[in-house]
Amino acid sequence: MPGTVDDIDFSDIEAKYSVEYEESLDNTVVVDGVPVIDKSKLEKLLAKICKEFSRRGISIKPDDTFMPWDDAKGKNKGYLFIDFRNENEANAAIAAMNDHPFDAKHTFKLNHFTDVERYANMNETYAEPETEEYTPREHLRAWLADPQGRDQYVIYRGEEVQIHWHGKPSQCELAHKPQWEPFLYVAWSPLGTYIATLHRRGVRLWGGPSWKHQQRFAHPLVKLIDFSPCENYLVTWAVEPIVVPEGAPQGPQYFSPDDEGNNIAVWDIKSGDLLRTFSTNVENENPSVKRQLQWPALKWSPDDKFVARVTPGQMISVYELPSMGLHEKKSLKIEGVVDFEWCPLSDKDRDEAEKAATNGADGRSGKKIPENKLAYWTPEVANQPARVTLLSFPSRTILRQKNLFNVSECKLYWQNQGDFLCVKVDRHTKTKKSIFCNLEIFRVREKDYPVEVVELKDTVTDFAWEPKGERFAIVSSSDPNLGNPGPGITIKTDVSFYQLDRGKNDFKPLRTLSNRTSNAIRWSPRGRHVVLATVGSSSKSELEFWDLDFNNEDANRREGQVAKDDWGSSIQLLGTADHYGVTDVEWDPSGRYLATSASAWTHTLENGYAIWDFRGQELIKQIQDRFKQFLWRPRPRTLLSKEQQKQIRKNLKEYSRVFEEEDQRESETVNTELLAHRRRLVDEWNAWRARCKKERAEQTGQEGAHEKKKEDDKEEIEVWVDEVIEQIEEEVVE
Amino acid sequence: MRPILLQGHERSLTQIKFNREGDLLFSCSKDHVMNVWYTHNGERLGTYDANNGTVWTVDVDSESQFMVSGAADNTLRLWNVATGKCLFTWEFPTAVKRVAFSEDDKQVVCITEQRMGHQCAIRVFNINRSGDGTKQSKEPVHMFNPIGSKATVCAFTAQPNIIVTGHESGKVALFNVKTGEEIDNNERAHSDVVTDLQLSPDKTYCITSSKDKSARIHDTKTLMVIKTFTTETPLNSAALAPNRPYVLLGGGQEAMNVTTTSLRQGKFETRFWHKVFEEEVGRVKGHFGPINTIAVHPKGTCYASGGEDGFVRVHHFDDSYFKTELYGDLQIED
Repeated sequence: MPGTVDDIDFSDIEAKYSVEYEESLDNTVVVDGVPVIDKSKLEKLLAKICKEFSRRGISIKPDDTFMPWDDAKGKNKGYLFIDFRNENEANAAIAAMNDHPFDAKHTFKLNHFTDVERYANMNETYAEPETEEYTPREHLRAWLADPQGRDQYVIYRGEEVQIHWHGKPSQCELAHKPQWEPFLYVAWSPLGTYIATLHRRGVRLWGGPSWKHQQRFAHPLVKLIDFSPCENYLVTWAVEPIVVPEGAPQGPQYFSPDDEGNNIAVWDIKSGDLLRTFSTNVENENPSVKRQLQWPALKWSPDDKFVARVTPGQMISVYELPSMGLHEKKSLKIEGVVDFEWCPLSDKDRDEAEKAATNGADGRSGKKIPENKLAYWTPEVANQPARVTLLSFPSRTILRQKNLFNVSECKLYWQNQGDFLCVKVDRHTKTKKSIFCNLEIFRVREKDYPVEVVELKDTVTDFAWEPKGERFAIVSSSDPNLGNPGPGITIKTDVSFYQLDRGKNDFKPLRTLSNRTSNAIRWSPRGRHVVLATVGSSSKSELEFWDLDFNNEDANRREGQVAKDDWGSSIQLLGTADHYGVTDVEWDPSGRYLATSASAWTHTLENGYAIWDFRGQELIKQIQDRFKQFLWRPRPRTLLSKEQQKQIRKNLKEYSRVFEEEDQRESETVNTELLAHRRRLVDEWNAWRARCKKERAEQTGQEGAHEKKKEDDKEEIEVWVDEVIEQIEEEVVE
Repeated sequence: MRPILLQGHERSLTQIKFNREGDLLFSCSKDHVMNVWYTHNGERLGTYDANNGTVWTVDVDSESQFMVSGAADNTLRLWNVATGKCLFTWEFPTAVKRVAFSEDDKQVVCITEQRMGHQCAIRVFNINRSGDGTKQSKEPVHMFNPIGSKATVCAFTAQPNIIVTGHESGKVALFNVKTGEEIDNNERAHSDVVTDLQLSPDKTYCITSSKDKSARIHDTKTLMVIKTFTTETPLNSAALAPNRPYVLLGGGQEAMNVTTTSLRQGKFETRFWHKVFEEEVGRVKGHFGPINTIAVHPKGTCYASGGEDGFVRVHHFDDSYFKTELYGDLQIED
């Protein structure tokens, strides 16, 4: 037992609570290249060094320095230690004073004191760096290899995202349920490779069979995104201009101070690098006039080679990729230009471009690659009519121009193969009181680009080309309520189908469906089928499923022209359906199914989605609270050549047999399972009954068999009853 | 399957019953009278008229000689089937809700209502079958009050002196009438009042229907639930179809709820369910009110349903009913 306090061993407590002193030498800097002087000049030298340092914004005092001295020679050793208050200041001093020319002969070299030690003790033998194991990346298009050929869709509901497979009823299942942090909405890339989510801090891309994170783009508070058609680039937009805060990470993937104030950014998807930023605010524009934001603000050429933006009234600026430099260093100056559209590439164009690219690599490029085309329009200005121009790019030659009069508005609609361009021209009468519509249709594939005009008396509210087809559908209306929508007002519309008459080379109406409420046209991506929908109405929500080739076979239509007498006769209504409160209508990429959804972003009544087949039969209907978004996953272009596709179409019967057999087998396995289940149920029942009967027989046997006898003595008595109801005697007089 | 419409009652039907041969159909209703009909053509043979209140229940013995009825005028009456004469009347403090003959026709069990301070009681009377049947003892041979929830339906089982009862709470129980002792019970057979209980021809199993929208087949010895049929409407009656593996369920929304609930019609159909697979196989429409009672011909050739609308519809089954093997060729014991 210790007698006094001193006897107690406090060492453990001291060890526990001992204060750790800052023993690091990180705040010490070694300055090399100091002039070698003798004692007398020391003071003067230190003062001079301090002055030099403070000139570059680093304040040191002579007290903080330590000059090692060679006593034998009576001179200093030519270097100096400086203590700073902390490591940061030391770093700042190194950044400022390293390689500083003190005088003609002496240049300062600054280093951390610790570094000197570290480099002195460095292992001089070369150690080979370990090579990282190569892990193959997941195939981003793995979903296309689904053995059942199913499509996928994503649904976003509440805070929950689900990705589903969709096929035959037995094949529909959940593909993935990601746990993503809160985001604004989801979007597929145009070929379906990635799915993008918009977070507070930027955009994230996900993909591959395990839905791993693929890429991110740090654009804070991003609101809108747009992929380039070949998925090489991404455009993002935020309301707030870009601000680069102090200490923000630097690098090719981040905004630099030059980008401040802009709010559109272009990114390279594969590398994640920022390519360029733009501002949506046009210089010298009256800020009080708020323009509606046009989205996409940047329009991509279909081959991802150019991206263009319009400065309304002034010019179209085309940028080359991947450098994002202005093409030929100058914009297309077009007085008064309002809008433009790139001409899409047809499948054939793409094939040729691919061929040319491979040939080009071999050094003998065959045919010339067709140039990109774009169409733009300018409104009427004094003494000059409105004008639609078809321009070839990058040669910048004008291919065709058409003058238009009394134009109040134009809209450009390209057919998805770039075969036709329809300019929907809203024209006003001389009095400017009523508006009617002309459709100016350019046949782009023909020589000299002939233009056909379809004159209509009504206002056209929606226009849609049949994909890969020669037909289009329009929604027109002469309803007086058009233009002043109000609650409970349903606008009456007419829907018309037109087709190119190859004999006369003009577009003739196939059929007009009058007195509808439909306001949206949705062509199947494969053509032929079209759905007319009434969306955004509180009282009507009809869907009509039409087939435009009900009578004639698919092949017929493509090869020859339709005979005169059945012009328009093959249009057939396949079915009608109703989805209350529908806000979005979308075909799946195969054109077999249609999805309709009622999103909580628009209203809160009966949110949910439904999937229909092309005939209008309901397959799935889910009413879900807080349902927001339904999106089919797009598919890339087929890899099969035209010939291969033709071959498949020819042998369709053989292919379908395989599928039918599969269906048969599937239903059989279901049946055998069901049959076995039933068999078991029957066996159980019969066993129970047999047991009951046996017990019963034993019981009655005890009570006596006399009752049984009674059952057997069944007597059949047949009784004939003749009943005389009335007897009348009549005398017949001859 | 063209039904024969029996329009002999002015108010809703409470129970219908075939005799053992199935040539006669007895019906009782809230309009105080009972009718007997020829099954094959729907001709009315006669009425039994003496009760002074809703006739809740009826049963006929196996020889079609005597019939008993229970009514809201607190009486249990014995009738001569052939003459329509009331042979004997027992009086109780409360209404009679259910009567049933024993297998040997020598006993009758009856349930009286729990009301006005009187407990629900189950009484068994010996029936003196000798003579013209007017000489009956006034006192029951056995009487007891089931403890707990009141009994709503009952029937004699195959075992002597044991009855099976259905209760308001949804309980199904076995009682020894001699001692009044509850031999066995299944408290959770149903979750709402048991509305009907019908025995199989050999009395080894029974089917119960309930307001909980389901019907169940029970083993009458162990009270084990063998099958469950779940519908979307409260059920008032369930019957077993002899010789065919079906059960018939009838019900519908309560008349008082028809206007306040769904826009769709009140589901007043007779539902045919497969007895073993527990799947619905068909429906027969016709009544425009809930179906209160269903009875099937003992040979399974026809069935009758009585509804809240006051009609009895007798359906003779088509040939296809007997020939169609819905689930393929399976031998299912009756």
